[in-house]
Amino acid sequence: MTAPASPPKKVRGEPILAVENLVKHFPITRGVVFQRQIGAVRAVDGVSFDLRRGETLGIVGESGCGKSTLARLLMRLEMPTSGAATLEGRDLFAARGGELRRLRRNMQMVLQDPYTSLNPRMTVGDIIGEPFEIHPEAAPKGSRQRRVQELLDMVGLSPEHINRYPHQFSGGQRQRIGIARALALRPEVIVCDEPVSALDVSIQAQVINLLEQLQDELGLSYIFIAHDLSVVRHICDRVAVMYLGRIVELGTEEEIYQRATHPYTQALLSAVPVPDPELRDSQNMIRLIGDVPSPANPPSGCRFRTRCWKAQDICATQDPDTVPRAADPHPSACHFAELREPASPS
Amino acid sequence: MRGNRPTRGSERKAGTVSQSAVQPTPASPTPEGGHLLEIRDLHVEFRTGEGVAKVINGVSYHLDAGETLAVLGESGSGKSVTAQAIMGILDTPPAVIRSGQIRYQGRDLLTQSEEQRRQVRGTEIAMIFQDALSALNPTFPVGWQIGETLRQRAGMSRGDARRRAIELMELVKIPAAANRLGDYPHQFSGGMRQRVMIAMALALDPKVLIADEPTTALDVTVQAQIMDLLSDLRRDLRMAIILITHDLGVVAGVADRIAVMYAGRIVEHADVRSLYKAPAHPYTKGLLKSIPRLDFQGQQLSTIRGLPPNLMRIPSGCPFHPRCPYVQQVCVDVVPHDLVLGDGRTSACHFAQEVRDDRAR
Repeated sequence: MTAPASPPKKVRGEPILAVENLVKHFPITRGVVFQRQIGAVRAVDGVSFDLRRGETLGIVGESGCGKSTLARLLMRLEMPTSGAATLEGRDLFAARGGELRRLRRNMQMVLQDPYTSLNPRMTVGDIIGEPFEIHPEAAPKGSRQRRVQELLDMVGLSPEHINRYPHQFSGGQRQRIGIARALALRPEVIVCDEPVSALDVSIQAQVINLLEQLQDELGLSYIFIAHDLSVVRHICDRVAVMYLGRIVELGTEEEIYQRATHPYTQALLSAVPVPDPELRDSQNMIRLIGDVPSPANPPSGCRFRTRCWKAQDICATQDPDTVPRAADPHPSACHFAELREPASPS
Repeated sequence: MRGNRPTRGSERKAGTVSQSAVQPTPASPTPEGGHLLEIRDLHVEFRTGEGVAKVINGVSYHLDAGETLAVLGESGSGKSVTAQAIMGILDTPPAVIRSGQIRYQGRDLLTQSEEQRRQVRGTEIAMIFQDALSALNPTFPVGWQIGETLRQRAGMSRGDARRRAIELMELVKIPAAANRLGDYPHQFSGGMRQRVMIAMALALDPKVLIADEPTTALDVTVQAQIMDLLSDLRRDLRMAIILITHDLGVVAGVADRIAVMYAGRIVEHADVRSLYKAPAHPYTKGLLKSIPRLDFQGQQLSTIRGLPPNLMRIPSGCPFHPRCPYVQQVCVDVVPHDLVLGDGRTSACHFAQEVRDDRAR
């Protein structure tokens, strides 16, 4: 991926979004009139990372690990229980009124389900043009239609489709409409929450290629949330692996996929079916036992210890930090972080 | 299991076939040609207010005892509709089985009465679905639901059904099965719910299990557990499995043979290894090239241009021709027949051999 010349002062590779120890707990209450809190779902429980300008940061993990809550926090659709995030140095959660609007203009989202995320009663032109109603300064009234047509063209749809309704499009085309809507305000950061998982295989590749091409042309930074590790490897520069509300391992695409040191990452990678029957018996899969524990009641110490084959006493008492480990200098939250031997680990 | 509710009028009509296609059923129950299950030239259409959608256009495949056949296709390719026709659970209307045969142990299921088909459903051929949460009844404990099949169909007493339900839950490796008998579906995780549904499908000891996207809604680590379970069950119970999926990775891991569907037809049929090594249909080739691989890095994803066809207006000739990189005039004019390539391989492409031998594109 080579980016064309970025706008001045905006250096590719410098952090554009910084997230510091972000926490979101959803209260569990009992009682109808007099509600009292009896616990909390720790959806996101201390997450820190940087997003650099022009890069794609993948966030992977199984359902319930908190990746979508993280996306909603970054879009300020939820307020965090604690923690901070800054977009280009400005505090994301302290912003109010006009400043918040300006921040939001710079950060847009592409949603998973192209069938429910587009209003069926609005034309494509109205859907893509709606951001201009909220941010009229982004495009003067007279030029809006032209801008919408430009956006349609940019995502590979015909500008003549401006007056059609969402039901007249296929799933992949609808996802393109969602992407055009996200691009309308010329944001610098786009949060993609499972953008291709609802699409068929042959369509998925088209949308992935479109996202990569737009990144090259517009210098966008992506947060790419997905559960499909093959897609993430393909599109991402760096990857964060989440488990029960925490980032357990964070590294470049190569560090995660070739030199993972956290047992969960290793198990997750080994469970991905490889589309090659010749490798059927040589896949050397780590079989995890059981399910992810409830985020309302995570295990003490290391959250992964209940499913981990390396667990020792220390894992139950001491919560490992996500820090560089001796085995490989990228952050990994395991007391026994080590590279996976080619032989069977168990 | 839906098969337990044969009272629905729609199901009763599922067996109706236009008379022209009905063949005389052989009297002997011995499988003819040795296939356990054989589908011959099945045609199904959906008649809706907007027109007639030709969903299945001449599908033929067979299944032998103890093997796993993967039916691969994208949404709308007809892979699930074929399975529903085998089970006799198509909603009719709108679905109409125009012609074809579904022969189980030599008997054509489509000519049988609803009562006869009910005897096959569950006891001979059972099915599991993608979404276990909506396939299970939320208002009854899972033990009761597994036991219902045994009480209704095997005539077991409540106590026996209960004991057998525990055995079945242990068979599918649900931990502490006896304690979980009284739990409701929502109290189980996604993977455990899928196990409950598999336990229900196994209750009457079927010879064929149709698994319709059994792991699509599950996480990868749980998906690996369920696929392991299905492989073990197939080996231990000598069951044949039809695995319906869109996931080329899952297929590579478990299937013996694979049938690729496009626009209601089987476009390619082969053993798994030769298909992945040298696909002989441009659609299969395009699919294999368009998936990102975990074990390769930085490859350029090639795409299949265009969109799957509208089943109300299937393109002339080869239905894949508008998207095909090998397209010639003959593809627009002539519907390709299944070309036999040896080793039981077929490909519905005029240029099947060229496609198979062309490693460049």
